[in-house]
Parts: sequence; C-alpha cells; structure tokens
Amino acid sequence: MNALRPVITLLNQHTVTDIVTQAWEILENTGVQIEHGETFHVLADSGLPVIKNQRVGFPRHRCEPFLATVPATFFLFERDLETRIPIGGDAVHYDPGSAAVYWLDPGADDHRRATAADCMLLAQLTEKLDGYHIQSTGVVPSDVLEDFADCLRLIYPLVFCRKPVITGTFRKSSFKIMHRMLSVIAGSPELLRTHPLAVFDCCPSPPLKWSDLTGAALMDCARAGIPVEMVSMPLAGATAPVTLIGSVIQHTAESLSGAVIHQIAAPGAPIIWGGSPAAFDMRHGTTPMGAMETMMIDLAYSQVGKYLGFPTHAYMACSDAKLPDYQAGLESGIGAVLAALAGINIVSGPGFLNYENTHSPEKIIQDHDACALAYRLIQGMTVHADPDVPALLHRLADTGDFLSDPSTRKLHRRELSPAGKAVFRGSMDQWRNQGRPLSRDLAHAVLQALAEQDSPRLDPGRTQALVEILLQEADNLHIAKAIREILQATCIHV
Amino acid sequence: MKDLLQKAFNAVMDGDSELARDTAEAWLAAGGSPLDLVNQALTPGIREVGRLWEDGEYFLPELVSGAEAMKTAMIVLEPAMVQTDTGTSGSRVILIGTVCGDIHDIGKSLVATMLKANGFQVVDLGADVAPERFLRAFHDHHAALICMSALLTTTMTGIPELIRLFESSGVRSQVAFMAGGAPVTRKWASEAGVDYYGDSAVDAVRIATDHFRRRNG
Repeated sequence: MNALRPVITLLNQHTVTDIVTQAWEILENTGVQIEHGETFHVLADSGLPVIKNQRVGFPRHRCEPFLATVPATFFLFERDLETRIPIGGDAVHYDPGSAAVYWLDPGADDHRRATAADCMLLAQLTEKLDGYHIQSTGVVPSDVLEDFADCLRLIYPLVFCRKPVITGTFRKSSFKIMHRMLSVIAGSPELLRTHPLAVFDCCPSPPLKWSDLTGAALMDCARAGIPVEMVSMPLAGATAPVTLIGSVIQHTAESLSGAVIHQIAAPGAPIIWGGSPAAFDMRHGTTPMGAMETMMIDLAYSQVGKYLGFPTHAYMACSDAKLPDYQAGLESGIGAVLAALAGINIVSGPGFLNYENTHSPEKIIQDHDACALAYRLIQGMTVHADPDVPALLHRLADTGDFLSDPSTRKLHRRELSPAGKAVFRGSMDQWRNQGRPLSRDLAHAVLQALAEQDSPRLDPGRTQALVEILLQEADNLHIAKAIREILQATCIHV
Repeated sequence: MKDLLQKAFNAVMDGDSELARDTAEAWLAAGGSPLDLVNQALTPGIREVGRLWEDGEYFLPELVSGAEAMKTAMIVLEPAMVQTDTGTSGSRVILIGTVCGDIHDIGKSLVATMLKANGFQVVDLGADVAPERFLRAFHDHHAALICMSALLTTTMTGIPELIRLFESSGVRSQVAFMAGGAPVTRKWASEAGVDYYGDSAVDAVRIATDHFRRRNG
C-alpha cells in the first residue's frame, strides 16, 4: 500500500475556475482568428458567431456541449498493436523532445544542423531506453527539402523503434502522406483509428489564432482518429500577458478553442491539453524552457487541463544550456520532477538543449536518469506489513546488521533505486581510478555500449511499403534521387 | 526650451510616448527646430537607453518603450523636418520582415523600431513575408539592407531561400542581408549566405550603422 502519491498543485480551486471563466469571456468577446477556410466554415455552420473577418467567437454556452465528448483517457499503441500506453489520469510518460534543428554530437562542443542520420540514431536510442515510453520525430533533417522533412523524419521512428511517436506536419499536404505511412504500420486506416500509433502536435499562434496549417491539422487528425496534442505557447510578456496567470488564461482560451474545433470535426476523437509556454526572457528575447516561471505556467495550465477532463502534455525536462552541463541537469531535473508531481501525461523534452533547438544524445541518457528519479518519487513510499519494524529493530538492535537481513535482500530493489548510468556514486578513489569521469563522459560511455546492441527493425515488407510512399511523394517534388540516397545511407534499403 | 529638451530626453528614457508626443508638439509650437530636438534630446535619449540595455540595467520592455517614445516624437517632427529639407535620406533604406511561414514578429518589430528610432528609413513588410514580396519591395524602395527574422526552427530555412531568389534574379550584389531570431546562429547565418548576423536589436542598429557608413563612405 502506498502512503501517498506525492503531487504538486499551484492553483487553488477558485483560481482554476476563475481562469476558465476568464478564458471563456475572451473567447466570447474577442474570439479566435481562424485562417483555415474549411475550419472557419465548419465553425460558422455549427452556430458560432463571426465577430469580424476571420475571427470567430466561442460563446461558452454553445461550446461546452461540444467538449462533453472529449475522452479523459485513451491509449497509444506500440507497433505490435498490443502493447498499450494509457494517456490520462495521473500516468506520466516521458519522450525525447520533438523538432530540434540542431544536433550535438557526443563529445562535441558545438552544435551542427541535424540530418536524417540523426533521426535514425534518435529512434534507435529511444528504442533502447525503457524509461522513454514514447518516442518523437525529434529532429528536423537539414539534408532534405524543407517541404519534405516532416514526411522523411517519420520513417525513422517507424522503422527503428516500436514505441508510439509524437510528430506533426510542416505543410498541409503532408498529413495524407504521414497518415498513409502510419496506416501501413497499423495495417489499415481503420486499425490506426482504433490503435493510434502517433500523436500530432498542433500549435495555435499566440495570441488567439489557429493558422491555416494548424487549423487543417486539427480537422484532419480528428477525422482520422489520430490523437492531437494542442501546443499553445504563450510567451509571458511578449505574445501573452506578462503575468503568469494571464498567460495561463490565454493558454486556456487557445486550447479550449482548439478542442471545440476538434470535437466538432469528430466528436470523441482523442485530444491532449498540451503546451510549450515560456516566460519571455526580457534581456535576451529568448524563450527559456528552464525558467522557473515557464515551469510554473506549465504546472498551472496542466492543472486547468485536468480540471476540464483532458489528458495533458508539457514540454518539460529540457534545458536552455548549450552543453550537457550543470545548468542542463539543474533545469531538466527540476522539470522532470515537477512534471511527474503534477501528473502530466506526456512530458516532451528530454535530450533538449538550447531552448528546444538542439538534441544531444548524451543528454538523452542523462535525462533518462532524471526521469527515473522522478518516476521513483511519484511511486511514493510503500507501507509494508513485512517486516514489522518494531520487531525488526528489537531483533537487530544489538548487531545492527540490517544488510544481511532477509528483509533487506527481499525489498531493497523495490525500496532503493540504483544510481543512473550517467550518475557517479562511487567513492573518490573509484572516481580517480576510472579517469575522473563527469556525467557527460558516463553518458558517452553508455551511448557507446548501446550502439553495440542490436536494434529491432520493422519487417522488410512494411519498410518497403513506407519507402514506396516516400519515393512517390519525393518524385512529385523532383527529389526522388536525393531521397533514395539518404535512405540508403541511413540503412533503409530501397 | 531647455526644459523641453530635458522633457523629451526623459520621455525616451522613461518610455513615455504621450510625453514624447506632447513635448515634440510644444517644441514646434515654440518655434524650435525639429532637428535640434532630435539631435539634442531624442537621439541622446535613445543612445542612453541602448547603453543602459547593454549594461544590463534596462530590459527589453524599457528598450521597446523607449524606442516607441522616440518614434512617436518623430511622427510629430517629421512633417516639419521634410519642410526644412532635413528628412531621412533614401540611401539608408532598410527592408525588414519575418520570413515566409513564420508569423512571429516580436523580434522583428523590435529591431524595426530600434532602427527607425536611430534614423533609418525602415520598410516593415510584417510577418510571414513571401520571398517575392521582399524582391518586389527591394525594387520599389531601392533598399540597401534587408533584415530577415525567423523564430521557428521550421521556418528559418526561408532565409537562404530568400537569398537564392535574389541570386537567381541577378540582384544579390546590390543588397546586403542581415538575419536574426531565436534559432539563428552566427555560424548558421554564415553558411546560409547571410552577410550579417545580429544577436539583438542593439546589435542590429550597430551593424546597420556600420554597413551604411562603409557603403556611403
């Protein structure tokens, strides 16, 4: 029996309801700009008022019935369509952050543009790290036409990793291609609908706007039954009110409007209350993910999302540091722990440096350790009937020999977690004898060891089907030759 | 008049646009030369704002509001400056915009405001600007410098795309490019064929000043 699942909540109930009330007030009076023509018309046809031009009002009394169909929990599936991961309640799952454009090679001290080969390495690495229950299309390959990068980067997680994947589109026409690719893995579009293998990120543009691309993505995903992760990203003081609560209110308004669009398109389709807000850095004009205020906004909006009955997501466990150093550990570790305490269902961010711009395989290893600590924390303390503690102490009070007691041997693995692989807990002499390794050195060694392990691949038949889909589209863009070469170079035989 | 100069200086320092406008109007009503107010109060004010920002005492809100105050005063003064033939020169025209696909314009707008406040003639094309629009505006305004911004990693590739368009149109040598934005780095900008990389609005002003000084001799 657990004594308590530790939790953190930032807001009292009155504040939560007040945030929601103010968000609806904004939605009714100011409305949201809807760029995507079909979405705009669907909303208007559903009785929502057009305030002006493309700005649609979302009156609470008309919209809340649409939200009644939001599923509080759903399952993501691994590619065997049997292993399932619950998304909802207080379940916590970490995944390496999504869509970095830079890559920090192990041992390197500068970042470079990410490539398709890095997509492959990331998928293989995530496959081998059990603490990451979900993977992501973590980098944007620079060695391919921008318009094709979203489709190309999806093949790597599908081929090299069994876990469900967080991804998204860079252009409207990519959805059909990516849906076809996912359907190949599931076996059919119908099986994909009942066994979702991927989550698509859809980001409203702050303040209060769904762009042509993201409006289309919301509709497409809803209709196909592919879960959507709404990633509202207010920047406190820049694209949102400077007050933290003000940013949460804006986040709530943007997310409520997205959920209404989504549920009108397909009632009951799975949707996640996510985000990537930041406390705008007033000196550097950057979006610090490691700022405490950023994490406070994350915790607060996820609390609002839970109150409204949504599964939740956040970009946490990531850092603004440029190398996997003290700052990286500090920011990522705090983020990982807070996200777990808040019971955020999908936590994207491990591996990220440089805001959300750079992935580091060494940091993916280090953050895996941080996530393990966070998992341990929310596991909480277990009350054991055996051993009876007064009796144990009565028996061992004279010798103090707890180490050899059967109760220790029986329970130590459950009670005391071992050190992470990028954490050094040995003695000073051991540290000296091992060449004085820093955490980054340890992570580097883990990477080398993992590289020696085989990584299970998708079967040749489905791999070939994915390749054909990609090449067909590449042919339309007149880049088939380049894509063939990239696939060959990344161990996907054409 | 000395009191008005101090007020205008303070208006920029305090980011008080209303005071800046009122002071500029009072200055003209009192028969003051618009150029004197610019040179003796507004420009020293914005330079002091920039200095305090670089010293870490001012943050972006102070920087932006100071530049806005200066802009507000300039709007009052400009008609009078044109009448006295002291308007901004076409040789200091800068185009600025956020690249195609990127609707985020905080950084871009800040740079535009600072450039305007420092006397450049800035044509702000806004956000999500198609490369062809940049090219058309270049021809229309005879710009010598183009500033491009991207906030998203997924849209920064619009920067080299724009430069390629200018190359293929045969006008690349007639204009210099400056790039900035959260995901853009000096190294990346250099590899993308950008002439200048600016890591802040103040940096952008310094680069533009140096560029036009070299260009115009």
